[in-house]
Amino acid sequence: MKTGARTLIEALQREGVDTIFGYPGGVVLPIYDELYDSSIRHILVRHEQAAAHAADGYARASGRVGVCLATSGPGACNLVTGIATAYMDSIPIVALTGQVPTALLGNDAFQESDITGITMPVTKHNYLVKDAADLDRVVQEAFYVARTGRPGPVLIDLPKDVSTSQVVEGTPVPGTVSLRGYQPTYEGHVRQIDKALDLIAGAQRPLIYAGGGVVLSGASAELLEFAETAAIPVTTTLMGLGAVPGDHPLCLGMLGMHGTQSANYAVTECDLLLAVGVRFDDRVTGKIETFAPNATVVHIDIDPAEIGKNKKVDVPIVGDVRAVLQALLRRMQKRGDTANWVARINAWKAQYPLGYCEDDHLRPQYVVEQLSDLLKGEGIVVSEVGQNQMWTALYYCFKKPRTWITSGGLGTMGYGFPAAIGAHYARPDMPVVDIAGDGSFQMNIQELGTVAQYKIPVKVVILNNMYLGMVRQWQELFYDRRYSYTELPPVDFVKIANAYGVEGITVTGKDGVREALETALATEGPFVLDFRVEREENVFPMVPAGAAINEMIGVRQQ
Amino acid sequence: MKPHTLSVLVENRAGVLSRVAGMFSRRGFNIESLAVGTCEEPEMSRITIVVNGDDGVIEQVMKQTNKLIDVIKVSDLTKRESVERELALIKVAAENGPTRAEILQIADIFRAQVVDVGSKTLVLQVTGDTSKIDALEKLLRQYGIKEFVRTGKIALLRGAKTVKSSK
Repeated sequence: MKTGARTLIEALQREGVDTIFGYPGGVVLPIYDELYDSSIRHILVRHEQAAAHAADGYARASGRVGVCLATSGPGACNLVTGIATAYMDSIPIVALTGQVPTALLGNDAFQESDITGITMPVTKHNYLVKDAADLDRVVQEAFYVARTGRPGPVLIDLPKDVSTSQVVEGTPVPGTVSLRGYQPTYEGHVRQIDKALDLIAGAQRPLIYAGGGVVLSGASAELLEFAETAAIPVTTTLMGLGAVPGDHPLCLGMLGMHGTQSANYAVTECDLLLAVGVRFDDRVTGKIETFAPNATVVHIDIDPAEIGKNKKVDVPIVGDVRAVLQALLRRMQKRGDTANWVARINAWKAQYPLGYCEDDHLRPQYVVEQLSDLLKGEGIVVSEVGQNQMWTALYYCFKKPRTWITSGGLGTMGYGFPAAIGAHYARPDMPVVDIAGDGSFQMNIQELGTVAQYKIPVKVVILNNMYLGMVRQWQELFYDRRYSYTELPPVDFVKIANAYGVEGITVTGKDGVREALETALATEGPFVLDFRVEREENVFPMVPAGAAINEMIGVRQQ
Repeated sequence: MKPHTLSVLVENRAGVLSRVAGMFSRRGFNIESLAVGTCEEPEMSRITIVVNGDDGVIEQVMKQTNKLIDVIKVSDLTKRESVERELALIKVAAENGPTRAEILQIADIFRAQVVDVGSKTLVLQVTGDTSKIDALEKLLRQYGIKEFVRTGKIALLRGAKTVKSSK
């Protein structure tokens, strides 16, 4: 006989779990007791929200399932933002929560919360285990559901008596998972693929609109080969950055609300839009009626529910992005003549380069550019949410998939720092930098304790403007500069870091940027860089809410 | 916009109804009626949902429902030949005298059964499609309906065709 807790740990080991991010508490004591001498590494965070984000960062950097663990009630509830973040970006994590003993369920017991009920709308699936004999099956199913099809978070709720009860040892573990209600389609329909190829052969102005699905399915190489073979330019969503190298001649950068002019103009002018692993989010499309108004739309996605959800699609292809791109490449016989179109796009690129005021002030874009120049695409860059995120998306040149980690769908401030911790454990060989704002960083600043305790070499680059910058930008542009509750008093972040035992530098001038970044990257442990940037810098170009994406403001012309 | 009757085959597990209903409310789909019960397979349940929407909405409803792990099969019966039934119980005021006789006559026409007789009320049981039950309710309103309860619609395909797990 063995305990449920022991059974759980063994089941996790069978799934290849090497790291758990968690926070102990009453009803998970039996599980923590098993972790004490387990080969699984446990990272003690300072707030359960950080455990969920760290598991998510681990998953995004590695492509494997991230795992977090929290106690019942408040512990479980604190995971919710992190689970919702993972859900919106289709990230595979398994969240383990303790629960009050089964006999007390529904009794308003101490630290009881109905976490399966609470997380139903933000998980791909969840389980409340009432019998320890189900543990092996449930854990195996949970990991299978999390990582297959369109990935997503799965929660397993574990009442205390399930962890302590005795399970018969040596019960056979099922070999494969078979769920009659869950059978994702991986191979695209051949007739649909040929239809798409006919359209590609006849198109004069085709455009690939690639998103997070390309990264999730590991299809970057296929996408690049496809784009090059068919000579089709590529624009990516925020989640798709790095799916193709940012400096590739066919790459147009990001589209949408803060997209490049060339990308947004290309969408508006294209006659064939190949949407690959995307979901036509409102931050991408702007006014949906005017999004790609002249285009025939091909949509490739593993989730049939995404097809036709926001935009009418002419040729839907349900399947794994990688498998579908491989089939497209295999079956392609003729490509269209896109030379004129590519030339036109190149002219836009030349006419509307990204840019900002290059005076001697310390501007946030400059910091990001310097970091990009130093890392050369060979590091993992995580961001918080807001201006810091958009400047990173625009001014950092991502060259590989899974080197860019950001909360796209939910837009969770405070995500970046803990996600960077997770990314480090997934890829200890790579430098990990969190680009933050002073607002976002303060949302999970307590994780300085975690990076100090484990000497996690995460570098935090704070673009400190003493504002909630993106909200302030909207107030400036659309609310007559009435800065309602967006100004933050100055904080000495280096002092805070030092108090936790973390090194840091405050940088106030442009001339100190490069050296400070080099120092941080050369330091073995964690490091905090507090850049006091130009306070009222804006993210441009920008599409105002509700406008068409070619109606941009803040446009610079050469 | 017209009502669609969806037959949804689900795993017979705790929480399944709440997953389905929660998804409907979260995505703003309107449930007109809902009926759940066991079915021919002991490990499955069948949910019959009537939902309003244009073709695009119904397509999303079906896809999003199908996406739930515990949902095995979703079928729109509206476009196919099917039998649809609801059951209603109506407690109607019926004092002695001509009123009571009139009500019994109406019940007879609707093939409704009297399932309870009180000194001041009758309880009628009626089955049929939505419009038949609506019509009876409307007719009885003049006598004073004390209480009215109806089930959600249930439906089956006509003939040998079935809505079954594809496995």
